[in-house]
Amino acid sequence: MRMTDAEVTSWLEKNGYAKPVLVRYGEWLGVAPGWVLEDTDGKVTGRCITYKNKDTVPPRFCGILQGNFGYSSVFKEPVEVIVNRRLALTGKLMFWVMIVMVPMALLIGVMAGMREGSRTDRSLSTFSIITTATPEYVSGVIFIVVFASSATGLKWFKGTATSAMDEITFANFTLPVMTMALYGMGYIARMTRASMAEVMTTQYIRTARLKGVKFHNIVLKHALRNALIAPFTVIMLQFPWLLTGVVIVETLFNYKGLGWTLVQAAGNNDVELLLSCSIVAVLVVLITQLISDIGYVYLNPRIRIS
Amino acid sequence: MEKLSWLEIFISIIGQFTPVWIAMAIIFALSIIYKRRLGLYGRLFDSPVGMIGFGIVLFWVLAALLADVIVTHDPLAQVSGMKNKVPGTPVRGVEGSWYLLGGDNLARDVFSRMVMGARHVLSIAPTATAFAFMVGITLGLPAGYFGKRLDTFLSFLSNLVLAFPVILLFYLLVTPEIRVTGIPMIMAGVLFLFPIIFVVLLWQSRYFTQPAKRNLFVGVTLVIGLWAYSGLAFNADPLNIFYMDSNLLNVFVSVVFVNSPTVFRIVRGITLDIQTRDYVAAAQTRGEGAWYIMLWEILPNARGPLIVDFCLRIGYTTILLGTLGFFGLGVSPESPDWGSTINDGRKLLGIYPHPALPPTLALMSLVLGLNMLADGLREESLKD
Repeated sequence: MRMTDAEVTSWLEKNGYAKPVLVRYGEWLGVAPGWVLEDTDGKVTGRCITYKNKDTVPPRFCGILQGNFGYSSVFKEPVEVIVNRRLALTGKLMFWVMIVMVPMALLIGVMAGMREGSRTDRSLSTFSIITTATPEYVSGVIFIVVFASSATGLKWFKGTATSAMDEITFANFTLPVMTMALYGMGYIARMTRASMAEVMTTQYIRTARLKGVKFHNIVLKHALRNALIAPFTVIMLQFPWLLTGVVIVETLFNYKGLGWTLVQAAGNNDVELLLSCSIVAVLVVLITQLISDIGYVYLNPRIRIS
Repeated sequence: MEKLSWLEIFISIIGQFTPVWIAMAIIFALSIIYKRRLGLYGRLFDSPVGMIGFGIVLFWVLAALLADVIVTHDPLAQVSGMKNKVPGTPVRGVEGSWYLLGGDNLARDVFSRMVMGARHVLSIAPTATAFAFMVGITLGLPAGYFGKRLDTFLSFLSNLVLAFPVILLFYLLVTPEIRVTGIPMIMAGVLFLFPIIFVVLLWQSRYFTQPAKRNLFVGVTLVIGLWAYSGLAFNADPLNIFYMDSNLLNVFVSVVFVNSPTVFRIVRGITLDIQTRDYVAAAQTRGEGAWYIMLWEILPNARGPLIVDFCLRIGYTTILLGTLGFFGLGVSPESPDWGSTINDGRKLLGIYPHPALPPTLALMSLVLGLNMLADGLREESLKD
């Protein structure tokens, strides 16, 4: 049975949700005092009064500035506990994705860019276009059908990564990591290729060639350092994209990290959890942008010295 | 009736696409014959990559246009006894009728749904991208040209939007509770205004010395534009010609919203570069207005990178739409669009992979085609 409208209104009032948006935002932020209500029996409820501190004097402010992120209505746990645990799981996934994606992307990009227009370049470029054209939910589905499906597949890997939350094995973690790494890889590889191809046409590379330096020495010692400046920025800027990927891959492979939590929170109207997930996501994006800006200056002597 | 073999299925599918093949052959033949007179489009046929990409994109565009002729069954109709049947299963009781790519878990024809899905995807993705471009161009040109506070302000706004992960914005914009607050409607009201502003500025800056011509062009633009605007954004078209389903409006608005800041950044960057050129200085010396310089001097010279990005962005938007469908956001559950079909199919992936595979391959090939087309265009436009 549904609550009547009157009940809904009274519930909203009792739980501090009937106030204006700005006041509620201030309370959530921790710059406005949390609401306190005394009902007819003299029982005091309030935003800052929880079962833990009901005997002591509750604090006046309890928002995210005070470290109080609220209580998840779906998981029945304080939000910060959930976010911490899920973030650690997502961190593990991200770590392996980076380990697989970055070296492979750089390798492909450098190999393709060092001899522009060659057959290696053509085939590697086609490969990277194909990977950028395959979003995670497409490659994930294909991987599951090919490698994990019980009817048609090779059954090399597992189609879910649920068991990877406790113990990562080759069988349960390969598919999610590959799915994410492949999509991001093509883009980084193409950027690396462009930057490598540009460096290979510069004067100092020509000088080195004319001096008779061996080709692999030119690539490894002369060109690589300069060619890797642009991809570094791209890799860092890739994080916002990876976040979307995380949501898709974690849902597809049922790996209960931050992305999965975000979907659950959004799907079940768990507002406080959703807000905290957003904060984490935006923080990750901002921090990576900052690192990319600082790293760019650090890597590029032309900017550093001027 | 007998079940079709894989070869027979393949042949029947090729056969179903006959109208598409004919139209493609005509377009390709004409384009190759007249390619010297067709500018950048004609030169596309000099690069194999671009030609293949164009071919794939053209295939899907034609498939979307001719979908009514191609489909073998109603994409929404459920035929009893066809649930999760493998590809090539004959339809019970109907002579000479097969489910070419099998049935999905609601006993609908996978092949017809895939073809109809192309129409869905291709009617939203390019339009949404075009809208995002209009917004990005109308804001990016002045930001780059005037600079200073306007630039700081607009760049800050675009960074604000870009800092949010796309998926989160989608969740926030497409949930029913947000829809009730009317935020998508307001956003549509703001975003859909930009194409009108863009076109009016275009005419005004060019023809303001010829009031008769200017009045005609601006008048026609305003009448058609505002008419479409009232219908699309507020569903208040008196004649009910322009109409957008509220689900679709939400999806459309969110896609435009997340794409326009990136376009803004690109346009702003190009403007900063181009405005140092001599022809801009010449126009300034002639005493041309700021908007004339932006829209008729800078913009045409920025077309190369913008066209390439447009192609890439349609692909990206297609992926985004698929993502939305994958999470079941925004589109109606019956809808045959590729994202939601993939999402439906993945639940039974382990046992019946056939309902999920056709839309995945379709989506992949379309995006691949768009990427290759963009690559071809880039190569050819760099040649002059």
